[in-house]
Amino acid sequence: MSIIATVKSKKVVDYKKQRQREKNITIITFTCIPLVLLILFSFIPLGSMFYYGLTSWNGTAPNKEFVGFQNYVTIFTKPEYFEVFKVSIYYFVGSFVQLALALYFATILTSGVRYQNLFKGFLFFPYLINGVAIGFIFLYCLKQGGTLDIILTKIGLGSLIQKWLGNAKIINYSMAGVSIWRYMGNNLIMFIGAIQSISDEIYEAAELDGASRWQQFKYIIMPSIKRIVQLNLLLAINGALAVFEIPYVMLQGANGSKTFVIQTIETAFQFKKVGLGSAMGIVLLMIVVVIAIIQNVFFKEEEAEMYD
Amino acid sequence: MIRRRHLTVKDMFFSILKYVSLIIASLVALIPIAVVFFAAFKDSEEFKKTSALALPKSFFNFSNYIEAFIKGKMLTGFVNTVIIMGVSLAGVIFIGTMLAYVLHRFNFRFKNVILGAFLLATLIPGVTTQVATFQVINALGVYNTRFAPILLYMGTDIISIYIFLQFMDNISISMDEAAMIEGASYFTIYRKVILPLLKPAIATVVIIKGVGIYNDFYTPFLYMPNTKLNVLSTALFKFKGPYSAKWEVICACIMIVVIPTFLAFLFLQKYIYNGFTSGSVK
Repeated sequence: MSIIATVKSKKVVDYKKQRQREKNITIITFTCIPLVLLILFSFIPLGSMFYYGLTSWNGTAPNKEFVGFQNYVTIFTKPEYFEVFKVSIYYFVGSFVQLALALYFATILTSGVRYQNLFKGFLFFPYLINGVAIGFIFLYCLKQGGTLDIILTKIGLGSLIQKWLGNAKIINYSMAGVSIWRYMGNNLIMFIGAIQSISDEIYEAAELDGASRWQQFKYIIMPSIKRIVQLNLLLAINGALAVFEIPYVMLQGANGSKTFVIQTIETAFQFKKVGLGSAMGIVLLMIVVVIAIIQNVFFKEEEAEMYD
Repeated sequence: MIRRRHLTVKDMFFSILKYVSLIIASLVALIPIAVVFFAAFKDSEEFKKTSALALPKSFFNFSNYIEAFIKGKMLTGFVNTVIIMGVSLAGVIFIGTMLAYVLHRFNFRFKNVILGAFLLATLIPGVTTQVATFQVINALGVYNTRFAPILLYMGTDIISIYIFLQFMDNISISMDEAAMIEGASYFTIYRKVILPLLKPAIATVVIIKGVGIYNDFYTPFLYMPNTKLNVLSTALFKFKGPYSAKWEVICACIMIVVIPTFLAFLFLQKYIYNGFTSGSVK
């Protein structure tokens, strides 16, 4: 009896040892590739960017001359580098318009309209389109005598016609408009998803109590999708800072449409100032990290509220 | 009685407002694409003479499409896009599911360090580090090869790992235990139990990531300037200078890039909506 037990427990020990070994092998083989990639493409670039930012390296020379914080001084004192941040403000304000539109259309598309799937499809589709294609579509639409001008003339608003892409005072409104056109659909379907996850019973109860549609929006829809609206807002801030594609594809940043990212890429790759470009990257990174921290504090509070 | 009538009038007003705003928004969304679609079928004479809003004489005039397809080397663009997308997606799925399996099911010493490292990396926005990423790609000797975007799409994709981790919560550990009693190895459990159950999460990742790769411009633009390595985005971008006088050809080229997206949307609508809502919330 006891012998059998010892043999059994020895077998169990052997089995456990074998399992342990197998477990270690699995862990190592399953994590090594993603870890190597993570280090190569996230942490090495991050570290080397801090380092390059303190040098005047041109990207190819064998020696990197250490210049201390000179690059940062350049960014914050020379207007051509820091001023471009002002361009972000247009996109930032634009993103409020975008979220408001998305919220409005999400509300009416969930209130039982006819052809709602068709409308939803129309409004969402631009989000799926290739960014270069969007740039070209709007070059065609906004050029002088282009589609927008024709339509404005047709509906009797010809006096409003502007050089949408040529006037430096208007260009960033045009760009922010294109950005709204492109991204509104994404917010829209996220909001629709959030609204649809509210149980029908709540609406029914509200209707029995005689709540108007506006009251339903204010007291049922808004509180339930508050979190996702906040998340979208913070993503919008990040997005406004990192605008690159549309103004680059359409105008290569000309006529005052240059954003901070276009400036960074140009500085580093076109003008071979990798040191300065890296410092610009670090500045942007710092801003994004501060926003992320604010975001986390924001959401922590939200969770604490939930348990109250 | 009067009150009731008043209410219906008000209701009707809001109902009309609702539909009018939807129709205007749809027109704003569609007209810019529709006029490009029209222009792509017009010959150069017709393009100059007719209004942008006018329908083309014939929807069977494919000469602009043919010119755009051949001169723009769009076939190369399609081939490169498909190769890069296929390899990156396969890589992302395998790497992501394996890592999610290990991080979700095992307890080991550096687990929290690894999780923390991935969390930290989500904070670093891709565009900001391109300057330094470029040096890594250069040092690896993959600059100007298809490996550059493939490695970048695989290596900087942290969102999908999160989607897989999130989804693993829904897979009961009793499934693993049952397989373990049968004597299955951990690899078999991953391969035969976990991977098939992760299918919905894989669909989400394929959609989000697939759309992202198909539409990405700056990665191929920065890392593969070689014309033979053009993807659709960069091939279209090349039309900018030399064709600026021939808008009808550019329009055809835009449609060549947009039509596959449109078809995918038409046939995979449900999955695309699900993918973007579930993927972006998390």
